[in-house]
Amino acid sequence: MQKITSEMLIEKATELLTNGTVSTVLGWKKGECDYDVSPAEFKSVEEVKNEFIYNDFSAANLSKYLIKRTEKVHGQALVFLNPEKKILVFLKPCDTYSFNQLLTEHRLDRESVYAVGVQCDGMIDIEKVKKIAGDGILSVDCSGEDIIVKTLYNDDMTIAKADVLAERCVNCKSKKHVAYDELLGETGEVIDSNRFDEVEKLEKMTADERFAFWQNELSKCIRCNACRDACPACTCEKCVFDNPKSGVENKSPANSFEEKLFHIIRAYHVAGRCTDCGECSRVCPQNIPLHLLNRKFIKDMNEFYGDYQAGAEVGSRAPLVNYTTSDIEPGEVFDRGDEDA
Amino acid sequence: MQRIGVFVCWCGSNIAGTVDVKVVAEALKSEPGVVFSTDYQYMCSQAGQDLIKNAVKEHNLTGIVVCSCSPRMHEATFRKTASAAGLNPYMVEIANIREQCSWVHKEMPLGTEKAIILGKAAVAKVSLNTPLTPGESPVTKRALVIGGGIAGIQTALDIADAGFPVDIVEKKATIGGKMAQLDKTFPTLDCAACILTPKMVDVAQNENIRIFSYSDVEEVKGFVGNFNVKIKKRARFVDETKCTGCGACIEKCPQKKVPNEFNLGMDNRRAIYIPFAQAVPKVATIDPDYCNMLKNGKCGVCSKFCAAGAIDYKQKDEIIEEKYGAIVVATGFEPISMDKFDEFAYSQSKDVITSLEFERLTNAAGPTAGKLLRPSDGKHPQKIVFVQCVGSRCSACAEKGKEYCSKICCMYTAKHAMLTRDKYPDTEVTVFYIDVRTPGKNFDEFQRRAVEEYGVNYVKGMVGKITPEGDKLKVRASDLIANKQINIDADLVVLAAAIEPDKSARPLATMLTASMDTNDFFTEAHPKLRPVESPTAGVFLSGTCQGPKDIPETVSQAGAAASKVIGLLQKNKLMGNPCVASSNQLMCNGCSSCERVCPYGAISYEDKEFPGPNRTVKTRRVAVVNPAVCQGCGACTVACPSGAMDLNGFMNTQIMAEVDAICK
Repeated sequence: MQKITSEMLIEKATELLTNGTVSTVLGWKKGECDYDVSPAEFKSVEEVKNEFIYNDFSAANLSKYLIKRTEKVHGQALVFLNPEKKILVFLKPCDTYSFNQLLTEHRLDRESVYAVGVQCDGMIDIEKVKKIAGDGILSVDCSGEDIIVKTLYNDDMTIAKADVLAERCVNCKSKKHVAYDELLGETGEVIDSNRFDEVEKLEKMTADERFAFWQNELSKCIRCNACRDACPACTCEKCVFDNPKSGVENKSPANSFEEKLFHIIRAYHVAGRCTDCGECSRVCPQNIPLHLLNRKFIKDMNEFYGDYQAGAEVGSRAPLVNYTTSDIEPGEVFDRGDEDA
Repeated sequence: MQRIGVFVCWCGSNIAGTVDVKVVAEALKSEPGVVFSTDYQYMCSQAGQDLIKNAVKEHNLTGIVVCSCSPRMHEATFRKTASAAGLNPYMVEIANIREQCSWVHKEMPLGTEKAIILGKAAVAKVSLNTPLTPGESPVTKRALVIGGGIAGIQTALDIADAGFPVDIVEKKATIGGKMAQLDKTFPTLDCAACILTPKMVDVAQNENIRIFSYSDVEEVKGFVGNFNVKIKKRARFVDETKCTGCGACIEKCPQKKVPNEFNLGMDNRRAIYIPFAQAVPKVATIDPDYCNMLKNGKCGVCSKFCAAGAIDYKQKDEIIEEKYGAIVVATGFEPISMDKFDEFAYSQSKDVITSLEFERLTNAAGPTAGKLLRPSDGKHPQKIVFVQCVGSRCSACAEKGKEYCSKICCMYTAKHAMLTRDKYPDTEVTVFYIDVRTPGKNFDEFQRRAVEEYGVNYVKGMVGKITPEGDKLKVRASDLIANKQINIDADLVVLAAAIEPDKSARPLATMLTASMDTNDFFTEAHPKLRPVESPTAGVFLSGTCQGPKDIPETVSQAGAAASKVIGLLQKNKLMGNPCVASSNQLMCNGCSSCERVCPYGAISYEDKEFPGPNRTVKTRRVAVVNPAVCQGCGACTVACPSGAMDLNGFMNTQIMAEVDAICK
């Protein structure tokens, strides 16, 4: 399989900007360090050539950034959207599920987007690199088969990529692009992954053990809102946590009970809509495994209503907002909750 | 700030027996906003209501909390009281301290504590109440009756007699239902067909009644007074308007080996059939599972012999859409399957039959032309054993049977036993029973006659096992009164199978959003005081879909349901429920979650312009609720991820305030 390089994406973006298909490019650019790659918007060929980067740290899911950029805004002062030209977005397989889910929820204007699916070989978790290589990382070269790390104390450390793959990539659920206008590289298949293994471990705990587990994890939360801000399912016009009228806005780490509520309420709000893209855990500065909350919901829904993958197709009816006569009786769900406790 | 009055009801000793009402009234006095708090023996009495009215005037109250029984009991009463006192009726909240406190707690301190907490929650909620005004909606003056058995027939006739058009939807090819299959009817022993078929003819001839036979209800939308119903008329491959019911097609049909469901599979019919001689409509139907022409295109005999040219092999299912003001459910019952009752050897011997099969065996139009002959060898049975309560009152065997009493079995078994002894005095008849339950006009006399005049042998005890041996059925049972084992070599065994609601009832209940009990019987709005209304407005119940019933009871309930329907249809306008959902469009994302969960189709979307910063205008997709269609169920408020959807009278903030008051 061919390795996808920055150059290939830059070439594609240049082509589409030059021929007038798109006016804006959504991609990634490098920060201070090699591994510090963040989402970025590019308006010209020059910007793209100078700053665009795609490597094993281009993990950010760009689909959410399309919402603001495809809004229908008209006015005297500004015209954000050039209706003649589209926005180019690069989407990895897991990002395409979020993209579809946003379309299902009418949050995006599909006509304004030119989506290029990008082959993904898995993204690297810098925390795992640090654990192996130690602190003081000067550079990370991930252009080859293995990762070559230079630190203040160590020259050219070679690490196998498999050892530092992000959790969501180790348990990758799909290499298939479910939405795109054009593909770069290859698209793969839906994978029968072991992503629910961790959830099962939690389920096997006693209620007290599980409570202790989450108490420990969630007490690390500094309520920076990064998980919410990065989550492609969290796209409300006004988030309930920013709305004093919602009655839950002040659920903050005020005490050990309320600090849990923020994440639990959020998990409920995205239940049935979460595609399991893993952005919440990736962006968490405290490394809380937040994806496990969402994955527990997904696992339960799969068990209660049959397998359902949010975003697999546009317009699908999530089991929680759909009724069929074969739906599980609430009593059975309740009884199962009782057994778990 | 609201000025709230709290009124704590004793309900005689119903509440005051386990809740210290004085303490409750005193405790709620100090809640924020409460300016008056008192208790009284019967708040719903005229004197109690006057007490509320006077307090409103005297203390200038803006909100009322009544701590009393369930709001389903008296919420409407106290709303009227508030209205009479000049308040908006929706400024009343009920704290249910009877069903939720005094009736479930035995100790005074516990009941009192909980009553105070519930009172606090109601005070917290009423503080946030706003006056609401209901809208009006028109009434479509047409009724739908689902099911064409005796219940549906009687309801339809009564509604039509009052001058309103009625449609009957019947899934089978003819109306008539179970009663059409019966032989004689207890306690007077008149022939079922003789009293039923004239009613069927009345239905056919009534100008106000349309029959959709061989049809199913596909979809129900809307609400009381304004239901939109899709009816699927299944293809019967015969043009109903042309068919004369002459039967020539049936005689010529070469496919003769189709189990005849009207005779419960005890004989065969043709692939084209009319269920029985007096069927209404008397129109032939082709069974697509057996017709050679429909299955492999080879035959076409019926078409050749049909003088009317009514056969249409290309006929398609047809969807009919109609508006109705009221819907009556009359879906009836089925005997339960005997598959799980292996001890009675139903599946091992043809001579173990159910009571409904026995009806067909003794019916002149049945497979044996009314002669009681054994299904296995066509011989006359000399010893017959009837087993009652097969699957009924079966608390220990809930897996295979039903916990309830099927109610009709004692009487029809007595009838079967009596008629057998009357017609064939040489036959020995034994009935095994747990209890004989015959409370009804002339019912007990009827059963005693079976014993005393006709010499039916009634044995208290259950049959343990039936084993076919040769051409005999070895019945092993216990006689509980003589305390001994009994062995009978029977020729025929008749099982009084429990009855259960028809299988079509459960999906129908879902379509109607009408509630059911755990046995799939439809729930009535009040078990004693509103027995023919479903809790869903505009949906009424007739016959055994609501619970086991005999014919006299079914007919009286059918008439009662009809009178309720007539009462509704004669109104020109209905007062709506102001507790409907509305969407805060500033917060709405247009994500469609609410529209997907709305059971009434009350939510649609529009693109709306919103002012933004720098003199910009943003066009966004937002939800719009049609208040005339919304029934206030609140499903959308739960589904809405951003909390944009809210329910008047049950605002999220009000619910939160209640929860906070309870958890404080």
